[in-house]
Amino acid sequence: MPLLEVENVVKQFDGHRALDGVSLEVSENSVYGLLGPNGAGKTTLIRIINCITAPDSGEVRLNGKRMTPEDVYHIGYLPEERGLYKKMKVGEQALYLAQLKGMSKKDALRSLKYWFEKFEMQGWWDKKVEELSKGMAQKVQFITTILHDPKLLIFDEPFSGFDPVNAEQLKGEILELRDKGATIIFSTHNMGTVEDLCENISLVNKSKIVLQGNVAEIRASHTTNTYLVKTNKTLDVNGFELIEEHHKNGIFEYSIKKAEADTNNSLLQRLMQQTEIISFQEILPSMNDIFIETVTPHS
Amino acid sequence: MSKIGLIIKREYSTRVMKKSFILLTFLTPILFAAMFALIIYLGGIKDDKVKKIVVVDKTQLYKNVLKDNESYIFQFTDASVDELKKQKQKDDGEYTALLYISNDLRVDSTAATIYSDEQVNLELKTYVSGLLNNYIEEQKLASYNIPNLKTMVESSKTDIDLKTIKWGEDGEEKEASAELAMIIGMITAFIIYMFILIYGAQVMSGVVQEKSNRIVEVMISSVKPFELMMGKIIGIAMVGLTQFLLWVVLTVAIMVGVSSTFGNDVDMSSVQKVQEMGQVGAQTMPAEIQGFITALNGVDYVQLIVMFVIYFIGGYLLYASLFAAVGSAVDNETDTNQFSTPLMIPIMFAIYAGIFTAENPDGPLAFWCSMIPFTSPIVMMVRLPFDVPAWEIALSIGILVLSFIGSTWVAGKIYRTGILMYGKKVTWKELWKWLKY
Repeated sequence: MPLLEVENVVKQFDGHRALDGVSLEVSENSVYGLLGPNGAGKTTLIRIINCITAPDSGEVRLNGKRMTPEDVYHIGYLPEERGLYKKMKVGEQALYLAQLKGMSKKDALRSLKYWFEKFEMQGWWDKKVEELSKGMAQKVQFITTILHDPKLLIFDEPFSGFDPVNAEQLKGEILELRDKGATIIFSTHNMGTVEDLCENISLVNKSKIVLQGNVAEIRASHTTNTYLVKTNKTLDVNGFELIEEHHKNGIFEYSIKKAEADTNNSLLQRLMQQTEIISFQEILPSMNDIFIETVTPHS
Repeated sequence: MSKIGLIIKREYSTRVMKKSFILLTFLTPILFAAMFALIIYLGGIKDDKVKKIVVVDKTQLYKNVLKDNESYIFQFTDASVDELKKQKQKDDGEYTALLYISNDLRVDSTAATIYSDEQVNLELKTYVSGLLNNYIEEQKLASYNIPNLKTMVESSKTDIDLKTIKWGEDGEEKEASAELAMIIGMITAFIIYMFILIYGAQVMSGVVQEKSNRIVEVMISSVKPFELMMGKIIGIAMVGLTQFLLWVVLTVAIMVGVSSTFGNDVDMSSVQKVQEMGQVGAQTMPAEIQGFITALNGVDYVQLIVMFVIYFIGGYLLYASLFAAVGSAVDNETDTNQFSTPLMIPIMFAIYAGIFTAENPDGPLAFWCSMIPFTSPIVMMVRLPFDVPAWEIALSIGILVLSFIGSTWVAGKIYRTGILMYGKKVTWKELWKWLKY
């Protein structure tokens, strides 16, 4: 049974439909990506899952049961628009947010100590939030989101505001949380992280889900029949289409497109007859390409 | 601790710990006391420099009337006003002012004029007019040719000190004073007015800050928007009550301290001095002050403070919730004007209505304004010392309670939607729609 089910959710705002019959299932202990251009309705969907806004119709189920506001205790939510009280000290602030999530002061302090040590930020406890850099504040924010050990984590654009080093650390943390048993949903524009982290995705465009499923399957199904072949002699272009060729240090690189009827093996066999093959690789479209292809209106 | 409790605690402690709060709370009563002491002290100092007044008297009638005293000496001259004016411009300090009498004052009461190159002070003006008035009065009386008329008129002059005694419900008699009632009413009304404005604005800017800090969505992922709003409103109300309570305690402490240091006698004499200033025929002020002080003891302070707290909380909740709604609808503090002005107008109106109420505490304006919830917290405080019927107080509080329940409900609806809206210029029409989401 999936941990979270969203079924046929519709949300109408004045004069425009933010979500139109959106359904998705997130299985336990996985990382789920929510993709889509700006204004597609991702944040509205996330807010509905967090019981911040109510859907006009449809329902959200957690563990097979319709979600109640109490379930929010078991969710860690990092909103896209996130901030902290500037005048408050980091430690006080983290403690306050943890207590609002229902943690006792003792538990919160213990848990904070663990995370502050892990992120090497013990020295920040008495600093005011306004003294922190944006990246530092993001870390504090991240910790306060996961502090109460929620079963379900929802991150809206978690990587915005992180430098590449910190973004890499954050990726590591997300995978670690999953390995410890958490389920993670996140929305992002960074398609590279989607390929690295997500098992399944939903692509939302204009209030509707336009693409949904396993990342590997989606990429395979969007194949453009393109291959990268490296040889030590020139290839005779026959029976496939040549897209690009390079010659460097005695090695020839070809991007080729096979005919629909060919299989991988039949193509390879034909190539092997011509020359020695150094490498042969299918080029699957990146999520980035799929994203752009899917949301760009075809005229 | 419950979530709303946590929010209240945070709102309260961050504000009470602020330097500005501590400073304002402790300095205000001290500043007031110091200001009052300064006025009394300055009033006690006499200007010991003797001033020369040059008199040009065309009628030659008043030479013996204008008597010198310790502050002023009069010098009669035949020079013309123009000459004297030139002389004054040439060399300053020769004389302070010039009194010009052009005609018999019995015939033309506007015939006397004082010229000076500085603002003529009240003391000189009342001194001169007092002397002239007395003289003319005597002259007029004498012209009737009735023997002993002067003594008859003297004895007919009366100054009735009308005592007002209030019957308490237990038959106890208390001296009351209409002036005192007015002063107490105005002061308490003004404090409520100030508190609603100051703390209402704090609620609004608090909400705007939470929104512009982008913390609000983090917060409402763990608490309901209504809890967040009410926590803020209640926390700030407690800050206001703390400040009020500290002011009461400090004022009492300062008053006890001052009166035990100087004793009541010293206090009274300096008050008398203030009253005597500029009054030649000093009226019987001390008796009035005496009555004032007895009346001061007759005020029901417990009722006053209880009512103050009720009306402060009621009025504050009504306005603060609406201020919170305004704060939630805008992106930054500079945008608040458009929506906060309609809230300021009734508060301003209430304080003016309060001033008129003080003059006619039982009139229709007073009655209606003490029923309308937007003005009642201020206007009713003005009326209270004048003994308002219990049913009116009960009705007014009832309306106020219902209104703030209504206003917090409306505000909660707007707030819930508003805090999540960014980068959108909000219109009144939009706010109306949010109510229906």
